[in-house]
Amino acid sequence: MKYLPLAGLNAFLERAAQSRKVYVPVDEEPGKSSYRLWTPGTVVSRGLNTTRSAKDFFFPQTENLAGFRIEDKKIRVLDPRRETEDFAVFGVRACDAASFGILDKVFLSEPEDTYYKNRREHGLILTMTCRRPAETCFCSVFGIDAANPGGDVSFTDDGSGWYVEAHTEKGSAFLSGMEELLEDRDPSGAEEARNKTREIMARLPLAGLKTDAFGGGKTKALFDRPEWAELSEACVGCGTCTFVCPTCQCYDIRDFDTGREIRRFRCWDSCMYSDFTKMAGGNPRLTQKERFRQRFMHKLVYFPENNDGEFGCVGCGRCLRSCPIHMNIVKVMKRLGEDDHEQ
Amino acid sequence: MRYDEIFAAMLKRAKELLADGTVNRVIGWKRGEFSYDVTPAVFETPEELDAGFVYDAFCGANVSKYLIRESEKPGRILCFLKPCDSFSFNQLLTEHRIRRENVYAVGIPCEGMADVKRIRAAGIDGITGIREEGERFIVSTLYGEESMDRREALAERCLCCKSKRHPVFDELIGDEGEDAPDDARFAEVARLETMTAEERFDFWRGELSRCIRCNACRNVCPACTCENCVFDNPASGISQKAAADSFEESMYHIIRAFHVAGRCTDCGECSRVCPENIPLHLLNRKFIKDIDELYGAYRAGDKADARNPLVNFTEGDAEARIVHERGKA
Repeated sequence: MKYLPLAGLNAFLERAAQSRKVYVPVDEEPGKSSYRLWTPGTVVSRGLNTTRSAKDFFFPQTENLAGFRIEDKKIRVLDPRRETEDFAVFGVRACDAASFGILDKVFLSEPEDTYYKNRREHGLILTMTCRRPAETCFCSVFGIDAANPGGDVSFTDDGSGWYVEAHTEKGSAFLSGMEELLEDRDPSGAEEARNKTREIMARLPLAGLKTDAFGGGKTKALFDRPEWAELSEACVGCGTCTFVCPTCQCYDIRDFDTGREIRRFRCWDSCMYSDFTKMAGGNPRLTQKERFRQRFMHKLVYFPENNDGEFGCVGCGRCLRSCPIHMNIVKVMKRLGEDDHEQ
Repeated sequence: MRYDEIFAAMLKRAKELLADGTVNRVIGWKRGEFSYDVTPAVFETPEELDAGFVYDAFCGANVSKYLIRESEKPGRILCFLKPCDSFSFNQLLTEHRIRRENVYAVGIPCEGMADVKRIRAAGIDGITGIREEGERFIVSTLYGEESMDRREALAERCLCCKSKRHPVFDELIGDEGEDAPDDARFAEVARLETMTAEERFDFWRGELSRCIRCNACRNVCPACTCENCVFDNPASGISQKAAADSFEESMYHIIRAFHVAGRCTDCGECSRVCPENIPLHLLNRKFIKDIDELYGAYRAGDKADARNPLVNFTEGDAEARIVHERGKA
């Protein structure tokens, strides 16, 4: 099996960066990292997850979809599209890698979202196993294996380097140009590293989180549960959970008049915001309770209902770490999933 | 007082005040999954209090803003206010945002609030439990036990605590504290002031470039109580659902800092909640420092009917030209 020693990472990324932009997690300050464009000298973070997810590369927070300019009584359509450049994201964990499958179901179902599709086609996903999962991790609850993150190429971390494996044609093609930068190693080391990760995953405090109460067909049972009121009462209505979430996919499209032209942009929306789904005639979710409920019903009931039972959460734990008042999907699942609740 | 002693007194008092009908609800903090993830919550019965009520070094969340909504509900609510929170509460009373008669305020001591981000920044993660032992936090993790100096885990706002005194309360638990000297609080602002305008601009552009516009700073801020914020109102023309250019995120923070100037009590919630660790409190502290220097020492939230210097004309006020004079320096 191919192996990349820690000391060979820079040469590897340098080679990768010759054919495309390469983004890597970088420590911005102790304990906090974000994806940055790799340039010579960039130090790759050895920490766990980035504050923002890898979703941003495929579904950016803001993008211009089109522009319009009126010239001589004719409307000229301007094409601002630039999402056809090759790029790679290195260090994607199993949770974020799984989030792409969820986003695909939304953006690649008919009618396909060509902006997203182009980025998916031009993006190479280089995943990494987790050596030190955090107490906030619960990907295993959704059937995700932190020791087998998939993607185009996976990097199995043994502490002093990575066992490198391609999982797609795109990944094989990428690795074929890297042969001399990789060593050959016995694959037993990779299995050992994976087992270590799985052993930790099994004893995580949230590993036993139950999903039985959720899934398709549970709308009626859950929608009017009285617990939504107490769960949502302290929610400040910010968008932190939705913006750091790798699977939140709601967006808004608006036209902006620059004075010279119209720019049609798309930006992330948040169900936590008071103007979410506001429309002519009013807003179907008048208080924070309804908005809050929407977020969790979407991930735990509506999404699985429409997608063969697949949940819309990957257990990355970012919302557990970022919410200003520490309310999150785990607390919601525990409260609503309690067996002894009164209907 | 140790936190467990304070908490025991709070729990006892909460049950008494519920039992004698002084209040019908209690707002405080509720225990979470781990030892650090408490959530503000309203408790209605002694059983609910026993099940989840907590007060320890992780109850940094300021509950005063919730009283805007809670004081509109029937009955009286008991709130436990740390010194910081009581300044916010008093400022909200000054702005007539809370129905005072519907709130029973108990001032509680604060021994400094820890920030789990600072524990993680010290390289400790996988946190399964935290306990205080004297001046140290003993942190159990998935990877073994760690220990760190208590002060190193405290939030920045607590390391330069402005006051241990409660400017408003109906009763107190423990002895009343005193104001702290301001030097430490303004040290970082003073450092920024020594920069050139370009350096300072670069500093703020760098910090604010990380903003994801989640609006957590605004929504948690006890001074941000507009019913419809200008940034949420499409009719305002500057609603900024998405940033048109890279300066717009900075704009949002600049406007917000101006709007809370003279009203911000420096509770530090904006920086606590920022997922990107932007030191937003420094913007507000700069205004506080300037107001102190230009109009005389003033503390928002210290006195309930006070007029803040920015809305109170006196002959000795700084003239507008101060902007140009200072700009040259």
